[in-house]
Amino acid sequence: MRKKEWKVVVTFETTTSAMGMEKFCKEKGLPGRLIPVPRQITAGCGLAWCDKSEAREMLEKVLNEYELPYQNIYVIEI
Amino acid sequence: MIYFDNAATSLHKPEAVAEAVYNAIRNMGNCGRGAHGAALEAGRMVYNTRLKLAELFHVSDCSRIAFTSNATESLNIAIKGLLKEGDHVVTTELEHNSVLRPLYEMQQEGVEVSFVKCDSMGRIFPNQIESQIQPGTRAVLCTHSSNVTGNVLDIKEIGRICKQKNITFIVDASQTAGVFSIDVEQMGIDILCFTGHKGLLGPQGIGGIYVGANISLQPFKTGGSGSQTFQKNHPANMPDLLEAGTLNVPGIAGLHAGVSYLLENGLDTHRETEQALMWHFYNGIKEIPGIKIYGDFTGKERAPIVSFNLGAYDSAALCDQLAEDYDIFTRGGGHCAPLMHQALGTKEQGAVRFSFSFYNTKEEVEASIQAVRQLGE
Repeated sequence: MRKKEWKVVVTFETTTSAMGMEKFCKEKGLPGRLIPVPRQITAGCGLAWCDKSEAREMLEKVLNEYELPYQNIYVIEI
Repeated sequence: MIYFDNAATSLHKPEAVAEAVYNAIRNMGNCGRGAHGAALEAGRMVYNTRLKLAELFHVSDCSRIAFTSNATESLNIAIKGLLKEGDHVVTTELEHNSVLRPLYEMQQEGVEVSFVKCDSMGRIFPNQIESQIQPGTRAVLCTHSSNVTGNVLDIKEIGRICKQKNITFIVDASQTAGVFSIDVEQMGIDILCFTGHKGLLGPQGIGGIYVGANISLQPFKTGGSGSQTFQKNHPANMPDLLEAGTLNVPGIAGLHAGVSYLLENGLDTHRETEQALMWHFYNGIKEIPGIKIYGDFTGKERAPIVSFNLGAYDSAALCDQLAEDYDIFTRGGGHCAPLMHQALGTKEQGAVRFSFSFYNTKEEVEASIQAVRQLGE
């Protein structure tokens, strides 16, 4: 089993939004990656964006500033 | 082999299209199902193709574009997902059966349909469409270009009329996507239906639909969407709303390569080449005794199509002779546009259609002119 760590997880309503997030972050040079939605949370789309928990504030700012469609932001231990 | 049946499907495609299809079959998983590398690769391809199509059609939000199997499916989604009993819709005699048959079905459901008549050249003018609009008109649905004559409709003006009267404007771009510039914002198009295997240079079996942000459609197909697993209703978000079931990822990858090729090279050069070939052919055959060419050749802007008959010769037989004796592939008979044939008086005879691609050459056109001349003697 992988050792659990606190992570920020961004969820989406559609695969399209998740793919859009990945493309955006890659273009901006932001770290993180798409993961399957962890079972502690529920989301529309099965893909979620995951980064270290410290990135929460930055991600929330970016999501709102660039009007990227997302469902929720969580900080959870996974 | 000389191929002049590009209005049916473009046969010569950029090499990158075939390579992309192959690569997708070899390396891509299921888009939106799973988060492993292969599934994500498929997801990236699908997303990037949406972006390319959004760039091509000037769509600001790529999630408003859904993939379908072809323009017929897109038109069925639009017609059956929008119209309800008591609605009135305006369409034209130029339409393909992919528009007419779903509309005839809707007539059985209580939808009223008005068909705008064309003149002897197969032309339709925007004011004719405007004059058919009545208080209960829900939508105007027309083709961008006739697949029989190649005549192009003034989509921008029809879109303006629809916006002014707050009517949904649906466009069938089967013959024009990838050939003519289409700007859904500027042209006031609410729903754009297109196929991937003609002007967009993709493989057969992939198409799409653009649905404006203020339009809501009822999907006729529901099921797996890769989202909202425990919800009983199919998700209402675009594009998932219209994309139940596994997507045609190899088809989408091929379409991506085709659209990328078009965006890199620009549409104008290709279209001008095709139109030049079309005019060369037209001018080479128009004086043949007994020839009857259909459509409006008075203006410059037309889809690269020339349809004709030689005397009373059966168009299917003429088409067959071109193929067998000259190795020239065209389409004869009826072209799935029954009202158009009726209006042109070709219900019995059909018509031989030459449709041009930028991959065709002047030499091929000249060989075809000679062949048609010989057959006309």
